Amino acid sequence: MHHSDQAPSPLALLETMMLIRAYEEALVGIAAGGNAPGTCTSVGQEAAAAGVVRALAPQDRILTNHRSAGHLLARGADPGRMIAEVLGKRTGYCKGKSGSLHISAAELGVVLTSTIVGGELSLAPGVALARTMTPGDDGIVATFFGDGAACEGVFHESLNLAVVWKLPILYVCENNEWQAFVHRRETMPMAHVRDWAAAHGLVAETVDGNDAEAVHAAAARLVARIRETGEPAFLETLTYRTRGHYEPDDQFYVDRAELAAWQARDPIELLAKRLRAAGRLDDARLAQIRARVAAVIDEAVAFANASPWPETAELFTDVYA
Amino acid sequence: MPRITVNEAIAQAIAEEMRRDPAVLMFGEGVATKRGELVAEFGTARVRNTPLAEGIIAGTAAGAAASGLRPVVDLLFAPFLCFAMDEIVNSAGKLRYMSGGQFKFPMVVLAQSGAGWTVGAQHNHNLEAWFVHSPGLKVVMPSSPADFKGLLKAAIRDDNPVLFFMDLALGFQAGEVPAGEHVVPLGRAATLREGRDVTLVSYAKTVHHCVAAAEMLAGQGISAEVIDLRSLKPLDEAAILASVRRTGRIVVVHEASRLCGVGAEVAALVAEHAFDALKAPIRRLTGPDTPAPSSWPLEQAFVPQADAIAAAARELVGARVCA
Ligand SMILES: Cc1ncc(C[n+]2csc(CCOP(=O)(O)OP(=O)(O)O)c2C)c(N)n1
Ligand SMILES: [Mg+2]
Repeated sequence: MHHSDQAPSPLALLETMMLIRAYEEALVGIAAGGNAPGTCTSVGQEAAAAGVVRALAPQDRILTNHRSAGHLLARGADPGRMIAEVLGKRTGYCKGKSGSLHISAAELGVVLTSTIVGGELSLAPGVALARTMTPGDDGIVATFFGDGAACEGVFHESLNLAVVWKLPILYVCENNEWQAFVHRRETMPMAHVRDWAAAHGLVAETVDGNDAEAVHAAAARLVARIRETGEPAFLETLTYRTRGHYEPDDQFYVDRAELAAWQARDPIELLAKRLRAAGRLDDARLAQIRARVAAVIDEAVAFANASPWPETAELFTDVYA
Repeated sequence: MPRITVNEAIAQAIAEEMRRDPAVLMFGEGVATKRGELVAEFGTARVRNTPLAEGIIAGTAAGAAASGLRPVVDLLFAPFLCFAMDEIVNSAGKLRYMSGGQFKFPMVVLAQSGAGWTVGAQHNHNLEAWFVHSPGLKVVMPSSPADFKGLLKAAIRDDNPVLFFMDLALGFQAGEVPAGEHVVPLGRAATLREGRDVTLVSYAKTVHHCVAAAEMLAGQGISAEVIDLRSLKPLDEAAILASVRRTGRIVVVHEASRLCGVGAEVAALVAEHAFDALKAPIRRLTGPDTPAPSSWPLEQAFVPQADAIAAAARELVGARVCA
């Protein structure tokens, strides 16, 4: 886990994004092989996870949604236990009862992941309320959601309550222009969710969601503000979902020119190019990182594959406390 | 024993539990306005008004519960639960399981329903069975001040989400409540009257109709046992089966509609596990499959009344004689 008081090195941001990419590409392969249900990847959006999560402190909490692998990995989750969860294995973070879309990991502060679009938005105020009622707790709550979730009524209920109750929540909207198979422009009158958030009275910003350093800077600023004032804030990362909604998805409905334009702004390429220009990255260094990440993922897949299934008696456990 | 009303019993239960455990807090639309005595004792952080937004009230309760608090939320009237279904059913009910047991959701959702105030179908809809059908939840619907108090205290102490339904007609009904600490465990039915010939099973206000029917039947030489389920989930299956094994006959009574209601579950339970003990067919007396009407005579006609319950019991006992 990472502290917000020191900016992560850009190389660390790069490696985090590369880890997320490698993890999700591995899952794509596993799903294509028929060994796991289709998963939702965040390919093209990794800068949000890397930038925001690394701006959080260990005591902060994260709530997230169906496109959450990046948030978990950026927080330090074990990719082996994540893939085990996706495969329904006993060693998964949720003993195989979650699957890929709703992995939570209390030990990492990644709580209450919901694949009900907007579910995390409905839960976030309560998690934050509990923190404000615990003396000496200065933790904040970051909640990740999409532009589609902002169209749910509960988005507005959540922001309104957070404002009137002064709850320390960083709302992070990853506006990736897609809401499953519907383009954002069909469902919202304006290009940015920020306008809705601002109307609710939150400090609300947009940031280039493909620039990990910019995301980190914006998130760190807002996190500091929330910690100081106790009031919620809103950050919209402007980005694009470059793979399908889930795997497999041939994206027949996607405008090719739009996709190509965003692919040309790939967040990993973008940062790598900047670091090269600054003389902080060369081919050898990049190859080193790539090899390290690949080894982590290979080991994770092997661990997950070798992990046992849950006993069928597990069907009946964890229903009630 | 002191006599208090159901409303007083509820207020006592909440205040006692808030006194006992600093993690208990209460919020909802108008909660702080209406419960001034709670605000005075526990402060505005623990007793809160909310915006008019049932989804976020229930969701906030679930999030707070998963984070160490024990919220009690008042969602006012049961039909308003429709706005909070996702948060109650998909979050509070499922996220413990889906997280492999990483979280628990100790929270209580209060909601009123039932005939008696002619409030009409968007304030009166006994939809408790919806929640019985949802995993991870518990459901309670008491009939007496003592049980309202004791079950609400148990619900607040329970580590799981509890739907606590309050029959609208009972709020001002008074009854004896044991002084001092009084906790009634969830999941246990109460036998209000013992009998040999027929078992009348019910919950909420129709329990009182069953008791009245049992009195009528006693005058006619029929001995009826009355069971108040009190908790619908967990359901006290053992109590139901034991009684039917003694009497051989059962009438299940509730105000909620018949199709897929709690009575259907009780009937199926008896058919599966006590068929050999039955001397007559299982009977259900329930509300009809209509929205609840407002007009007083229509609203009363909606609810199974004591006469009809007694008549059904007589028929069952007669069935034995004819057989
Ligand atoms: C309540 C609900 N409605 C619909 C869905 C199906 N669904 C899953 S993800 C999704 C799109 C969500 O779009 P957005 O919030 O923008 O997130 P993104 O997938 O783009 O990350 C939909 C419609 C769902 N899971 N939950
Ligand atoms: Mg989207």
